Amino acid sequence: MSNIGLGDGSQTVSLVVLTAMLIASAMGVVLLQNIVYAAFLLGACFISVAGLYLLLNADFVAAAQVLIYVGAVNILILFAIMLVNKRQDYQDVKYGALRSVVTGVVCLGLFALLGVTVTSTNWAITPAIAKLPSTMVVIGQHFFSDYLLPFELASVLLLVALIGAIVLARRELVPDTVTVGQVDEDSLELLEKPKEQLVASK
Amino acid sequence: MSLEPFLIIAAALFCIGIYGLITSRNAVRVLMSVELMLNAVNLNLMAFSNYLDSASIRGQVFTIFVISIAAAEAAVGLAIVLSIYRSRDTVDMEQFNLLRW
Repeated sequence: MSNIGLGDGSQTVSLVVLTAMLIASAMGVVLLQNIVYAAFLLGACFISVAGLYLLLNADFVAAAQVLIYVGAVNILILFAIMLVNKRQDYQDVKYGALRSVVTGVVCLGLFALLGVTVTSTNWAITPAIAKLPSTMVVIGQHFFSDYLLPFELASVLLLVALIGAIVLARRELVPDTVTVGQVDEDSLELLEKPKEQLVASK
Repeated sequence: MSLEPFLIIAAALFCIGIYGLITSRNAVRVLMSVELMLNAVNLNLMAFSNYLDSASIRGQVFTIFVISIAAAEAAVGLAIVLSIYRSRDTVDMEQFNLLRW
């Protein structure tokens, strides 16, 4: 009953394949030790979610998902991993294994609860899925009529986040005290304040 | 196809995200788990938008808002991780106790 022109059988097959990809890559993101592999699997996870969006008749949002998540967020995460690539063995914490087991049990319980809720509720499903001329037209009408204020606020929020990220991530430069003409071997280094520990390590 | 498989998939993705959020030691992996949970919520919104509100797809509008907020969150979160790494020289979540005592 989808508008994308696939038959029922091929839709079911695509759903199963995309679900397997999604769950496997999400487990990989959480469980793999190597964080670079985890970041690439996160990209696979985002792409399979975009495929699920296509099955739900949402072409524009699927394209936005690929552009923003795979193209921007995933690349940003890879850059952050490259910048903080510190190979260290984490010290063991008290009850570390027990914590993982308890968290797993709680998550499985939450999944069971959500599953029971989903299957036992009578959803008011519309009998036929409406054939829209283009989802983009409908989304644009929403954006510029009844969701105009959130749309404009989102732009302000993106600007604030942009400036905030720059302010948080940049280093403070030492004021320029080097006199002109004095060239020594230190002049090619970046003029930065030395790193200061916020709290003395114990 | 019906609504329930998509909701079950979204629930599974959300639970995997919660597990990763609580158990990971690396701060970048915590942010990745948050992205997983946001994707699960988006999938829920899209499923409801298609099956319950297919004429005026408001769920897709909400999903686009969530995607833009998630992009802003990722940028600010990774900047915070970088700045913590610079001051503490680690990304281990168990050693971030600046606000604890």
